Amino acid sequence: MTDLLMPHPAPATPGGSTTTGDCHVEWKKPSAAPVSVNLAAARERLQSRGGATYWRSLEELAETPEFGELLDREFPRFASEWPDGVSRRNFLQLAAASLGLAGLTACTRQPIEKIVPYVRQAEEFLPGKPILFATSMALSGVATGLLIESHNGRPTKVEGNPEHPASLGATDAVTQASVLGLYDPDRSQAISQLGKAATWTTLNQQLTSALTAQSAFGGAGLRLLTGPVTSPTEARLIAALLESYPQARWHRWDPLARDGATKGLTEAFGAPVGMRFDLAKADVVLALESDFLTAGPGSVRYARDFADRRKVGHPEGAAATMNRLYVAESSPTATGTVADHRFRIRPSQLGGIVQALAAAVGVAGVAAPPLDTASAKWVAATARDLAAHRGAALVVAGETLPAAAHTLVAAINEALGASGGTLLYSAPIEADPVDNLTSLVALLDEMKAGKVDLLLVSGVNPVYDAPADLEVAAVFQGSSALRIHHGLHDDETAAYCQWHVPATHYLESWGDARAYDGTVSLVQPLIEPLYGGKTTGEMVGALLGRPTDDAYTLLRETWEGQMGGETFESAFRKLLHDGMVPASALAPSQPAWVGASVSAAVQALAGEPAGGELELALRPDPSVLDGRFANNGWLQELPKPITKLTWENAILLSPRTAEKLGVKGNDVAELTSPDGRKLTGPVWLLPGQADGVATVHLGYGRTRAGKVANGIGFSAYAAQTLASRYGLPSVTLAATGDSAELATTQGHQSIDWMREESEQATERAIVRQATLSEFEQDPHFAHAGAHEGIDVNASFNPGFEYKGYSWGMVIDLNACNGCNACVVACQSENNIPVVGKEQVARGREMHWIRVDRYYQGDVDEPSAIVSQPIVCMQCEQAPCEVVCPVAATVHSTEGLNDMVYNRCVGTRYCANNCPYKVRRFNFLLYQDWETEQFKLQRNPDVTVRSRGVMEKCTYCVQRINRARIPADRDQRQVADGEIQTACQQACPPQAISFGNINDPAAKVVADKKNPRNYSLLEELGTRPRTTYLAMVKNPNPELSA
Amino acid sequence: MSVAESPRLPAPLYDPPVIAPGHSSASVGDKISSVVFGKMPLWFYVAMAISFGGAMMLLTALTKLVFTGIGIWGNNNPVGWGFDIINFVWWIGIGHAGTLISAILLLLRQEWRTSINRFAEAMTLFAVACALLFPLFHTGRPWLAVYWLLPYPNTMAIWPNFRSPLIWDVFAVSTYGSVSLVFWFIGLVPDLATFRDRTKKLWQKKIYGALAMGWRGSARHWHNYESAYLLLAGLSTPLVLSVHSVVSFDFASGQVPGWHATIFPPYFVAGAVFAGFAMVLTLMIPLRKAFGLEDFITMKHMDNMGKVMLVTGLIVGYGYIVEIFTAWYSGNIYEWYMIRNRIFGPYKIIWMSLILCNVLAIQPLWFRKARKSIAALWIISMFVNFGMWFERFVIIPTSLHRDFLPGSWGMYYPTRWDFATFFGTIGLFMALMFLFVRVFPAIAMFEMKGLTPDAKVKEPAHG
Repeated sequence: MTDLLMPHPAPATPGGSTTTGDCHVEWKKPSAAPVSVNLAAARERLQSRGGATYWRSLEELAETPEFGELLDREFPRFASEWPDGVSRRNFLQLAAASLGLAGLTACTRQPIEKIVPYVRQAEEFLPGKPILFATSMALSGVATGLLIESHNGRPTKVEGNPEHPASLGATDAVTQASVLGLYDPDRSQAISQLGKAATWTTLNQQLTSALTAQSAFGGAGLRLLTGPVTSPTEARLIAALLESYPQARWHRWDPLARDGATKGLTEAFGAPVGMRFDLAKADVVLALESDFLTAGPGSVRYARDFADRRKVGHPEGAAATMNRLYVAESSPTATGTVADHRFRIRPSQLGGIVQALAAAVGVAGVAAPPLDTASAKWVAATARDLAAHRGAALVVAGETLPAAAHTLVAAINEALGASGGTLLYSAPIEADPVDNLTSLVALLDEMKAGKVDLLLVSGVNPVYDAPADLEVAAVFQGSSALRIHHGLHDDETAAYCQWHVPATHYLESWGDARAYDGTVSLVQPLIEPLYGGKTTGEMVGALLGRPTDDAYTLLRETWEGQMGGETFESAFRKLLHDGMVPASALAPSQPAWVGASVSAAVQALAGEPAGGELELALRPDPSVLDGRFANNGWLQELPKPITKLTWENAILLSPRTAEKLGVKGNDVAELTSPDGRKLTGPVWLLPGQADGVATVHLGYGRTRAGKVANGIGFSAYAAQTLASRYGLPSVTLAATGDSAELATTQGHQSIDWMREESEQATERAIVRQATLSEFEQDPHFAHAGAHEGIDVNASFNPGFEYKGYSWGMVIDLNACNGCNACVVACQSENNIPVVGKEQVARGREMHWIRVDRYYQGDVDEPSAIVSQPIVCMQCEQAPCEVVCPVAATVHSTEGLNDMVYNRCVGTRYCANNCPYKVRRFNFLLYQDWETEQFKLQRNPDVTVRSRGVMEKCTYCVQRINRARIPADRDQRQVADGEIQTACQQACPPQAISFGNINDPAAKVVADKKNPRNYSLLEELGTRPRTTYLAMVKNPNPELSA
Repeated sequence: MSVAESPRLPAPLYDPPVIAPGHSSASVGDKISSVVFGKMPLWFYVAMAISFGGAMMLLTALTKLVFTGIGIWGNNNPVGWGFDIINFVWWIGIGHAGTLISAILLLLRQEWRTSINRFAEAMTLFAVACALLFPLFHTGRPWLAVYWLLPYPNTMAIWPNFRSPLIWDVFAVSTYGSVSLVFWFIGLVPDLATFRDRTKKLWQKKIYGALAMGWRGSARHWHNYESAYLLLAGLSTPLVLSVHSVVSFDFASGQVPGWHATIFPPYFVAGAVFAGFAMVLTLMIPLRKAFGLEDFITMKHMDNMGKVMLVTGLIVGYGYIVEIFTAWYSGNIYEWYMIRNRIFGPYKIIWMSLILCNVLAIQPLWFRKARKSIAALWIISMFVNFGMWFERFVIIPTSLHRDFLPGSWGMYYPTRWDFATFFGTIGLFMALMFLFVRVFPAIAMFEMKGLTPDAKVKEPAHG
C-alpha cells in the first residue's frame, strides 16, 4: 500500500483533460498516436460535409477497394495472424493510406488543445516509477475493487484492492485480463449511423427530436435495455429518466444473471433479497452445480475465506478446524476439484436431490422422492453431516438450478441455521432486480407489437447471447424503432441498430458500482478514452437531455447529493483514493418466510422434465464467460480448468458416454434437440463429466466480436430456448464423420493417454495427498516411502552461501483451486505473448506458470481431480544452467535462476534438460511488435522477448528489484510481504507465498516448515526453491468407508 | 608373417583378393583417371541434377528458417530437439567410417582399406558438413550462435560455458572435421600430381598443379609424405572414438530418462561405425558398378565391410538390451517407464522399426552367402541407414516427449520443412559426392599401385 497514492489528478479538471494529467499528454502526443486514431478522425472528416466538397480527390481515394479494405481492417496485424509479417502488399497499402491521411490531417484545422509544459513535477509522479490508482471493475454490474498499475499514464496491470471486501488484494482471471480489453484494437472507435461515421451532435439532434415526440405521451415508446445495474449513479439517472418519461420502460438482459436465485428467493421471502456467504464460518459446505469459488459475484472473496479453512499444518496452528466441501455437479469445475467429495450428477437429477436433502434436514412439507441407491447414500450422509454442523453449514445452489430449487435450498439453509452465520441476507445490491429473461421477452414482445419508438441498448448483446427462439435479430430487424447500441464493440447487436456509440472501457470511465456485499466502489479512469466513447451514465444523461455532461459530472452529482457539505471535495477525493465508500456494505437482515413457498417449490420441481438418455447442459465458458470477453487473446489462450482446452468450445462428454454413443475425442458431432435445433461441434472426452450429459460452453461462435474471436468455436446459444436456458433434458448426438483438431495444453484425446498420465502421476507422487486423519497421525506423510532417505544436499563441494537474500516460494496445493488467475496475472505482468490456436496445438504456448491437472483413479470414475500450478522451481542445482553453451541461464547470488535473453542463442538444451518443463521458447516471432495499442499495454520493466530466445518464470525479478533498490538505499532488508510475485498477488485463495528464506520471520519460511512441505521430483537432487504443500482432504468417514 | 611359419593355422575359407589379378601400375592409373578425364554418361548428369535440386531445397528451407524461425519445424515443448538433432547425430555417425577406415585400418595394416579409404574420407567430410548445418541452424538465433559458441576474446570478457556438452561438441566436431579434411587432402596429394601430369588441358594442369603442391614423387617427398600420413593417422585415431563419445555426452550428461546413461559413449561409437560402414556400402556398390571398378573394390572389401557391420551391429544390439536391463534393474521408475514407453508407447512403431533394421536385418551377415551377394549387402546397408536414423529418433523425441511430469507430456510431429531440410542435406551430400567423383580420384591410385604385382616384384627378396 505504500504505492497507493492520491488519485488521478483528473478531478481538478473533470474528464481528465490534458491540463494536469501529464501522463495523458504523454500518450496522446501525435507521434505515439496509433494509426487507428487517425483513421477514426478520418472517418469523421470524410463524413463531414465541408470535407466532401473540398477533398474531392480523397473522397475518390476512399472509394478505392484498397482504401476500403484498409478502413475495414484498420489494423494490419491481429491475433489470428501472429506469425505473419506485413506483406509487401500490406505495406504498400499502409504507405498509400498514410500518405493520403497525412494530407488530410495536415490541411484540416486541428482542434485547439492546451498542453501545459512540464514545469512542475506532478504530484507523486516520477518517470519510470509506476503509480497505483484505486478503481473497480463491474461484471454483470457487480464490482470488485482494484488497484491499477499505471506507467507514465498507461494502465498496464490489474491488481486487487487489499482493502476491498470483494478482493482482499486478489482478482480472478477475467479481471486480470481486462487490461488487454482496454487496448483491444478491435474496439469500436467511432460513433456510427448505419455503418457510417457520425457525430455525437448528430445523434443528439436525432435523440432530441425523438424525445420531444415521446414526451407528448410520457415516453411510452422509450425503452432502455441494460445489464443489471448496481451503480448508484446509473440507478439515479435511470430513475430520473423514468420519472421524466413515466411511460418509459427499463429492461434488463444479462446471460450471466442469476435469475434463478433472484426468482427463487423472491418466492421464498416475498420480495427480492440479496444473498452472500461467509465461508469463514462454514464448516460443511455443499455446492449443487455451483462453481462458487471461481465464478459469480464474490467468488474471489469466497475462495479466500474457503481456503483459509484448509491451510492446515502451520506451526503456529493458525487454521481452525478444516472445513469440508461436498460438490455435486454434472461437469467438473474448479470448485469440484477442491471438494472432499465430488458427486457426478445429471442436471435433471438435481431437483430430486434438493428435495431429498430438504426432507433429510427436516424442511417441513417436503417428502423425499425416490432416488437410486448411490444418490440416496450420499444425500443421506451429506445431509447428516450438514445437520450435525447446524449453524456452520451451508448449501450453495448454482445459477443454473430452477428457481424452485433455489427456494428449497433457501429452506434447507434456513433449516441448517445458516442465515446470519454462513449466509447473510440483505437488501438486494441491484437496483430494481428483475428476472432478466422475462424482462427481455417483454421488450421483444413490445417491439414486435410496434410499441417501441426509441430503444437504447447499453452494454448488452442480445442478438448474440439471447436464447435462439427469441429471434432477437429478426425482432430488431422488423422494428421501426430508432435503435441505439452502446458498447465496447461494434458487435452483433450493433449490426441491428441504426446507431452505434462506442462505450468507454472501465479503465477509461468514471462511475460507481456495488460489490457482492453492497460495498459501493468507485470507478475512475486511468487513461483518457482511447477512442472517445461514452459511459452508460452518459448515454442515459443524453436521454435526459444532458448530452454534454460527462461521466465525472454525473458521478460527482450523485455523491455531492449524498455527502454534500463543504468538506465534499476532500471527502470525494478520499473516496476515489480508497476506491470505495467506507462501511457501505448492505446490512444483514433476516427476511420473513412466505409460508406457502416450500410447497409451491416442491410442486414446481415435480413439473421439471425427467432426463433422457443424453442431457445437454449449457454453461458459461470458464474463460470468456458468456462471450463478452471473447475477443481477449489472453482469455482465449487460457487453458480452461480441467479440460485445458484453449481457443474454442467443445461438446464435453465422459469417456464412457462417448463410447456408448460411438464417438471419439476430436470427432465432430451434431447435437439435436427435440425441437430440431442443432449444435455442431467437436467432441472432447472429459473424465469426471457425469455420464449421459453433454456440456457445451457458451461464448463462442461470435461473428462480430473482433479479429480474435470471430469464427472460433460454435455458438451454443443456437440450442438455447426460453424454456431451456441452461440445457435440455433430452438430446441426441450423432457423429458427422468429420474430425477437428483442438488445441489443448495438456493430455491427449485417447483413453490410453489419460489413463497412463493419471497412473504415472500417482506412481511418481507428483501430487502428494492424505486425508485429514492420516495427516493428523503422520504429519510428515509427504515424505514417506520412496521419497525418504535421499540426501539431496550430498556434494563434494561446499554449497554457495547465501548471505543476503535467498528467494523461495511455496504453493499450497490444498488452497489452489486451479482458477487460472495466476496464469493471466503472469501473462500481464511479464509481457507474455499470445501464440494462437495452431501454435498451442503444437505445444508452444508461452505461459510461464501453468496449472497441471491430474485425475486420480480410473478415467471412467475419477475419485478426484487435482490442480497443480507449476512455475520455475529456481533449482539450486539447476539442470538447465550447466547445459547452456553460452551461459545464458545462470544462478544469481540471491538464488534465482536468471535468464539472460540477450545472450541466449536458442539451442533449447535447457528446456530439454528441465525436469519440470517450465521453459518456453519463442519458436516464431510471437510478440506483436506492430499494433500500437499493445505497445501501450506492456510492462516497461520487463523485456519484450523476440524470436529465438528461451524464457521462463523469473519470480518476477523486476518486482524484486523494485523493492530491493529503495531498501538498499535505506540500508535495510526488504520486509516480508513487500515483494509479491504477480501470481501470488492475484491468487484468490492465496495459495502462493514468496519471500526471503533467510528471513526467519518470513511467511514463506513458516510454510516451508509446514510438515506438508515437499519438493517436486526431489530425488533428482535439483533442490527446487519452489516447493509444494501436500494436499489434505477431509472426507466424511461415512462416505469414504 | 607367412603361412609357412605357422602351419597349424588353417587356410582362410573365403579370401578373395583385394585387387583383381592382371593389373599393373599403368592399368590402375588409366582406369581410375578415366573416371575423371573420361566423358560422363548421361545418368551422371541426371543424378547430379537431382542431387543439386535437393541442395537447392535445403537452401530454400534454411532461408525460410532463418527468416521465420524454427517454428516452421515440428519442435515444441517438451520436445525441444527433433529432426534437427536426429539428423545431426545421424550424419555425424555416417561420418565415422572415413576416419576409421583411413586411420585405424591403416595403423592395423589392413591393406584392403586402400581402395575404399579415399571415398570413405570424402564421405566423412561431406557428412560432417551436412551434420554441422543442423546444430547451427537449429538454434533460435543462428547468426549469433555461429560465433558465440566459440571461445573468442571479446570486450565483454564472456566465455562460453565450458560445462556444457554443446561446447564440447563444438570442439569435438570441429576438430574432427578439420583433421579429416587435412588427412583427406594429404592423402590426395600424390594422386593430384598424377592428374596434373596426365591431363592435357592447361587450366586443369594449373588447378591440379596448385593442389599437388609441387609433388614430384621424389624419395624425399615419399619419405615426408609417409611420416605425415602416419602421424595424421595417429592423430585421427582417438578422434574416431572421441567425436561420437562427445556427441553422446549431449545426451548422457542430461538428466532426461533415456539420455542419462553411462553406456552411451561406446554404444554411440559402435553405432557410428555401424552407420558409417552401411553408408559406404550403400554408396560404393552402385559406384563400383557404374564405373566398372569391380577390380579394385572386390568381394574382399564387401566381405570385410559386411563383417564390420555385423560386429558393430551386434554391439549396438547389445546396447539396446543393456539399456532395457539397466532401466529395469535400477528400479528407477522414470527409466523403467521410459523403456516401456519406447516399446509400447505412441512411438512404438519407430522402436519396432529400429529393432527390425538394426538387429534383425543384419543377422544374414553371419552367412557368407549373404556377404557374397551384392544385392543382399546393399539391402542390408539400407536397412542400417534407416535403422540408425530410427535409433536417434527413439533416443531424442521419444525420451523427451514423456519425461518426469505427466502434465507436461506431449507429442512430436515433424513438418514438411523438417523433411525438406533433411532431404535437402541428403541432396547436398550426394551433390558433393558426385562432384568429388568427377574431379578427384575416388580411389587412391598410388596406394592401389602399391598392391599390384609391379610393386611387389621390385621388392628385394631379402627384405
